[in-house]
This record gives sequence, C-alpha cells and structure tokens, in this order.
Amino acid sequence: MWALDRTIRIAFSVGFLALLVAIWHLLSVTGVVSPIYLPSPAKAWSALLFEMGGGELPWLILRTLEHMIFGWLLASVVGVGLGMSIGISHRARRLLGPTLEFFRPLPASAVFPVAIAIFGLSEGMVYVVIAFGAVWPTLLATVNGFTQLTPRLNELRALLAINAFDFVRKIALPSAMPDILAGMRLSLTVSLILSVTGEILSSSEGLGYWIMLQARAYRSDSLFAGVLLFGAIGYLTAKLLGLVEQRVLRWKRIY
Amino acid sequence: MTLDTTEQKLASGDRSGESDATSLSFMRRFNWEGILFPFGLLAIAEVAMRVTGVHSETLATPRQILATLIHSFGNGVIFGLSAETLSAAAGGLLLGSLIGLLLGIVFGAFPRVFELMELTIEVIRPIPSISLLPIALLVFGFGYVMEISLIAKSTIWPVMIMTHAAIAGLHPRLREVALLLEMGLKDRITKLVLPAIIPSLFVGFRLSAGVSLLVAITIEIAANPRGLGYAMMRAEETLRPDLLFALLFWVGVLGWGINGLLLLLQKLINHRFGGAGAR
Repeated sequence: MWALDRTIRIAFSVGFLALLVAIWHLLSVTGVVSPIYLPSPAKAWSALLFEMGGGELPWLILRTLEHMIFGWLLASVVGVGLGMSIGISHRARRLLGPTLEFFRPLPASAVFPVAIAIFGLSEGMVYVVIAFGAVWPTLLATVNGFTQLTPRLNELRALLAINAFDFVRKIALPSAMPDILAGMRLSLTVSLILSVTGEILSSSEGLGYWIMLQARAYRSDSLFAGVLLFGAIGYLTAKLLGLVEQRVLRWKRIY
Repeated sequence: MTLDTTEQKLASGDRSGESDATSLSFMRRFNWEGILFPFGLLAIAEVAMRVTGVHSETLATPRQILATLIHSFGNGVIFGLSAETLSAAAGGLLLGSLIGLLLGIVFGAFPRVFELMELTIEVIRPIPSISLLPIALLVFGFGYVMEISLIAKSTIWPVMIMTHAAIAGLHPRLREVALLLEMGLKDRITKLVLPAIIPSLFVGFRLSAGVSLLVAITIEIAANPRGLGYAMMRAEETLRPDLLFALLFWVGVLGWGINGLLLLLQKLINHRFGGAGAR
C-alpha cells in the first residue's frame, strides 16, 4: 500500500515536470516566445546529444570540473588547515577573528578584478579566485567546529594528558567533522559559480566560456543544452558530496 | 521533515555560527589586538612598499588607496555606483524573496503541492544563476532588468526553504490551542502562525540578502556595464590599482555592514518573538 502510494506520488511529480516541459514546447513551437530566445525542448535536447557526441563538449565539461574541483580542493585544504590552527588557539582567534569576520561577507567575485590585475587573464588566476572565494565557508565552519567542542572533551584531554597533535587527530577533528563537511559542501557551490565566472572572464577553456560563445552566435539550442549541463553538474556534485558525508559521518548514527 | 538540503544545513549551521561570530568579535573584554591586527598589516605593507620603492601598475600603497577612497567620497562617484549596485540587489532580493515566500507558504500549507513540485524545483535550483547570464542577456539585454531577474532567481531558495520548514515545523499544539480558543482564521494567522515563523523567515531573508549582493557584483563584473563591479573592472583595465583596491575595500564594507545590520535586526526580532522557531 505504502509502495503504491509512493509510486503514485513520484508519477505525479514527474508528470508535473513533464507538463512544464510541454508548456515550454508549446510556447516555443507556436512562436509565442521567439525561438531565438527559447528553443523547443526537443531542439535543446538534440543539440545536447549532437554536441556531446561529435563536439568538444565532453572535454569542456571535464575542464570545468577540473577548475571547480581543484579550486575547491585547494580551498578545502587551506580552509581546514588554517581553521584548525585558528580554532585550537584562543590567542589566534582573538587576533584574527575580526579580520576574518570582515572577509566572510565579502562577495567573492569582487576579487576577480584584483586577481586579473596581478595574475593576468590566466587559468592560474581562476584557481586563485576560486580558492580565495571558496575558502571562507570551510574555514569558518572549521573554526566553528573547533570552538564549539564540548568542554567535556577538553577535560578529557587534560585527563588523558595527550599532546596537541593527538588531541586534534583523535578528538577535535572527528568532533568538528560535521561542521567541516557542511562548510565544504557550501564551498563546492561557490567553486562552481566562480569557475563559470572565471571562464567567462578569462576566456579559458570550459563550459562557461562555451555557453557565452553560443549566446554570441545566437545558438540558443546549444545555450540551453549548456545550462542544463550546469544544472546537472551542480546537482550531481552536491549529491556525491552528500554520499561522502553520510559515509564519513556514519559513526554519528549511533546516537 | 522532508527537507534535507544544503540551505537548511547552512541555515542551522549558520545560526550556530552566529553565536560564535559574536563570541569571535565581541568578547567580553574589548578585543584590541583583533581590531588593530589588520591595521598593523596595512602599516607593514605601507612601509615595505615605500622602502623597496615599488612602483607598480597592479599594487597601490594603503595610503594611496585611502586617499582615492576619500576622493571618491568627496566627488560622490562612489555613492552613485553603490546606488546602482544596491538598487539592483534590493530589487532582485525583493522579487526573489516574495516568490520564495509564496512558494514556501504554499508548500508548508499544502504538502501535496510540495510533493508535486519537488522534482521540478530540484531540477531548477542547482543551476548556477551566472550560467543563466547568456540567456538573460539575449532576452533582456544589458541593464537593470537583466541583473534583477538573475538576482531574483538565486534569492528565491533560502527564503523558500526557511519558510517551508518553519510552516511545516509548526507545533501541532498550536492547532489545538486555536481550536480550543475558537479562533478565526485571521486571529490564527496573526496571533499564532506569524509570531512562530517570522524569526525563521528572517534568517532566510538574511541569507538571501548576502546572495543578492554576490550575484549583483558577479553580473556587473562579468557583463553588465554598471555599478561597483563594472567600476572595478574599469579600474583594473585602466591601470588604477588605487581605485581598484579602494572599491574592493568599499564592497567589503558594504557586505559587512549589510550583514551586520541584518544580524542586529534578527536579534531584535528573535527578542520580540521570544526566539520561537529560530533558536
């Protein structure tokens, strides 16, 4: 009974999406919205298949993923490392706290012009901006995870008389892990946005620059195909990280 | 709870982050070291650049940057640029939050509608709004409308998710209270529902406000010839590092100030509504 109910619900959910696609199709085919702006779903789909099959699109997707993931890894390593050293030392928190609080709400893309001035329109510039922009969620989440250790764990540290390194590795880091992963997830979203912006600005190889070219050539079917791909990349990478998160945090399920 | 999304985690994580943020910067004893630290760095940069006599087209000394900043305030240029960026951000934020609020209310009040639309939302939400820029450019051309439409697209989600979660999470006892007191619909909404959900709604709004500034600046840097983002690109292209860094600093101050103001408002709202739902 329950399974049937669930099937019906999924069917309705898919049906609603299909209805919207049908409306999109009608709007485009009847010419209510000019096909220059809005290609029919069938055209966008066939453009996607065409570009994926014969074109350079798979390569460009890989390039964008490369920007996004390496930038994100860089940000994660710096964020967790710096976050741990700030989080564990009361003095470092006092010294750096206000400066970090100033940078936290800074719109990351505002760093692009400065990075372009220093590094030029290069791929390295894109990585620098992604790393800088995506570091904040992870960094602040790590500091947060370390400062919000239950006092009991600090008592445990005194009791066991273990050194700082072991304390971080065995107690503080696992305890802060949920915070860190939540921050890294947010950082991943930021990296995707900054990768696209970076590719558009620096004309470096990737999906972001490609959709800009399609728009300039008024190839709206390819343009929509590219946007759909971005949706898929955003969705799949977030899902993937969610799975990793579940696996890393499986010890938490005991509680 | 059917909602298990990044934003919600972000929202809850962010809330715990706030208490920490306050403990980071407003410690019981005034944090002189922390406030003076960035100024110390700037002073070192100033001295280092003077001693080595760097004449660069990419870097400016802190003193030059400050002079340019004061100058841009004097001739009012920076106010005009800020007005362009902030009005677009505010317009998009208003439109996006209204849509998000409506969707959140409908989803919260009618779970069936949410089940129906969940897949569609999950398909649209992860599309980064910057990747919609070429489409928005084709449809609207350069200008406010294009910028506002993209900002609206990305500010819908935090408000929608927080509203939905707040309404779906209303305590069942509230319904019993309403029945017991024989309250009308109007009383039920104004006296029970609104006070319970407003703190959460505001958290969503504050998150969206941060997003709106980010998207506005991003679009101005990437395409739209107006506002602070475009002025920064121009400063870079015309080799004016002093202006570039002055604008970057000012954008930072704006982001920090807006966030701080909304945090303050959030505290007032939590206080006024007893923090129900938000803590």
